[in-house]
Amino acid sequence: MSAQRPALEGYLTEVDGVPHLLGSRCTACGTVYFPRLDSFCRHPDCDSDSFEDAPLSRRGRLWSYTNAAYQPPPPYVPVSDPYEPFAIAAVELDAERMVVLGQCATGVDVADLQVGMEMELVVEPLFSDEEGDALTWKWRPTASPLPQGEGGTVGAADGGERVA
Amino acid sequence: MSTAVHILGAGMHPWGKWGHHFTRYGVFAARAALAESGVDWRDVGFVSGAATVRCGYPGYVAGATFAQALGWQGAQVHTSYAACASGAQALNAARAKIAAGECEVALVVGADTTPKGFLKPNAGERPDDPDWVRFRLGITNPTYFALYARRRMALYGDTVEDFAQVKVKNAAHGADNERARYRKRFTAEDVANSPTVADPLRLMDVCATSDGGAALVVCSADYARRMGRADSPRVAAISTATPTFASSTVEMPDLATDSAASAEPHAFRATMPRAAFEQAGIGPEDVDVAEVYDLSTALELDWMEDLGLCPRGEAAQWLRRGDTAIGGKLPVNPSGGLACFGEAVPAQAIAQVCELHWQLTGTSGSRQIEGARVGVTANQGLFGHGSCVIVQR
Repeated sequence: MSAQRPALEGYLTEVDGVPHLLGSRCTACGTVYFPRLDSFCRHPDCDSDSFEDAPLSRRGRLWSYTNAAYQPPPPYVPVSDPYEPFAIAAVELDAERMVVLGQCATGVDVADLQVGMEMELVVEPLFSDEEGDALTWKWRPTASPLPQGEGGTVGAADGGERVA
Repeated sequence: MSTAVHILGAGMHPWGKWGHHFTRYGVFAARAALAESGVDWRDVGFVSGAATVRCGYPGYVAGATFAQALGWQGAQVHTSYAACASGAQALNAARAKIAAGECEVALVVGADTTPKGFLKPNAGERPDDPDWVRFRLGITNPTYFALYARRRMALYGDTVEDFAQVKVKNAAHGADNERARYRKRFTAEDVANSPTVADPLRLMDVCATSDGGAALVVCSADYARRMGRADSPRVAAISTATPTFASSTVEMPDLATDSAASAEPHAFRATMPRAAFEQAGIGPEDVDVAEVYDLSTALELDWMEDLGLCPRGEAAQWLRRGDTAIGGKLPVNPSGGLACFGEAVPAQAIAQVCELHWQLTGTSGSRQIEGARVGVTANQGLFGHGSCVIVQR
């Protein structure tokens, strides 16, 4: 097994062993932020500077989707040569009423997607290098088969995690 | 006090990939605008430059750079940076200066050079910068345009063929425009045969980056009268609004929208023109011609609805009926738009107003919209810069 690390620090957390996007919540007005914010609340009627961790819902509805047909420029790190397009999803989280972008999970193509379908978060390598896998969040249709090793972590995850 | 300023002249450098210093495009455009206006450069009291961050020190202080290149003559100076809305902010600065009585005639100039390929973030490991983070994930500018386009398909039944027809229309509009970069008439088949960039958008659905320059000479109502130009087009409104929290659409370079769980969601594109129409005291139904920000073909359709030019969800029907072509009910992007020009960031909001000026003065040649008296522009600067201008005759 190669070593694993987050591709981006501070974007993911685990709740009871289940991965979640890590947002933050203003302790005064309750507004949730992703990526997490811990400086000054951006709500125009709030002058708070106090925040707490807020793991986000890990399921939502597909607001829209696309793919990256051309290889993006750095700091994107290519994962194949020749380059292979990957799908990108914008997922609307019900509880937070927030749309979050991300790559789609390996094997999910634009042909598999439809606006409005239910999506869920998984954690996969964004890229791998000599230090091991750099992990990030990705979206996939909820109904799709679970890749090996992730079975059992998905089904019950949505219920208790509503944050707003 | 009236805040309206008159437009006496407009000028542009032809857009393309010319490889010159940006100052050259700006000075060319400024001289053309001065020539058209009949105003002597020494009579200009204020130079308002739209800045570009790609062109180093002179770009950051564009107002002074253009003033020096045209020959120092003691004018007051200002520089605006608001990404794609820079030109509208520069025009707004000139309007404010004139309305305050601090000058009578002003020159507004923007020019840019652009690199090849994707616009990309600054170099280095910078995980605190949202622009760096989204590119790390492979989320480029066309990603956002494509998400909006796919959303239209799902909500309103728009098709990729509709999007292609925007390109076909704008290419036909720009074909005779000697200032446009692309002057070929394209077919729907050409668009369909171009490679996919970000599904459902193809290369010909997405605008290119260009070098270019644009300029305007604007003045007070008194000055226009003294010049015998009291009937010249007036800038009746400029909206430089920022979004209202919670902003409901995911915008470059962010990875997420604001959460609308604790504040009502607001659609920025739709609120921005509202401020302009209120300022001008007219409504979308009064508009004869629109120059809107077609970063992608599909985005032109979004803008028509956000401006209120047609009901929500019906832009593609208007397009199909030919309503948005020259000769139709409400021509959109008669200049050819970004589809024919490409982006030259600090120049493009000014270029839109140049086109309205020529349309409203009946000097647009084969692109002329008969009897045009009210024009509107829409443009949006990265990170919440509204840019919507109304010009009236």
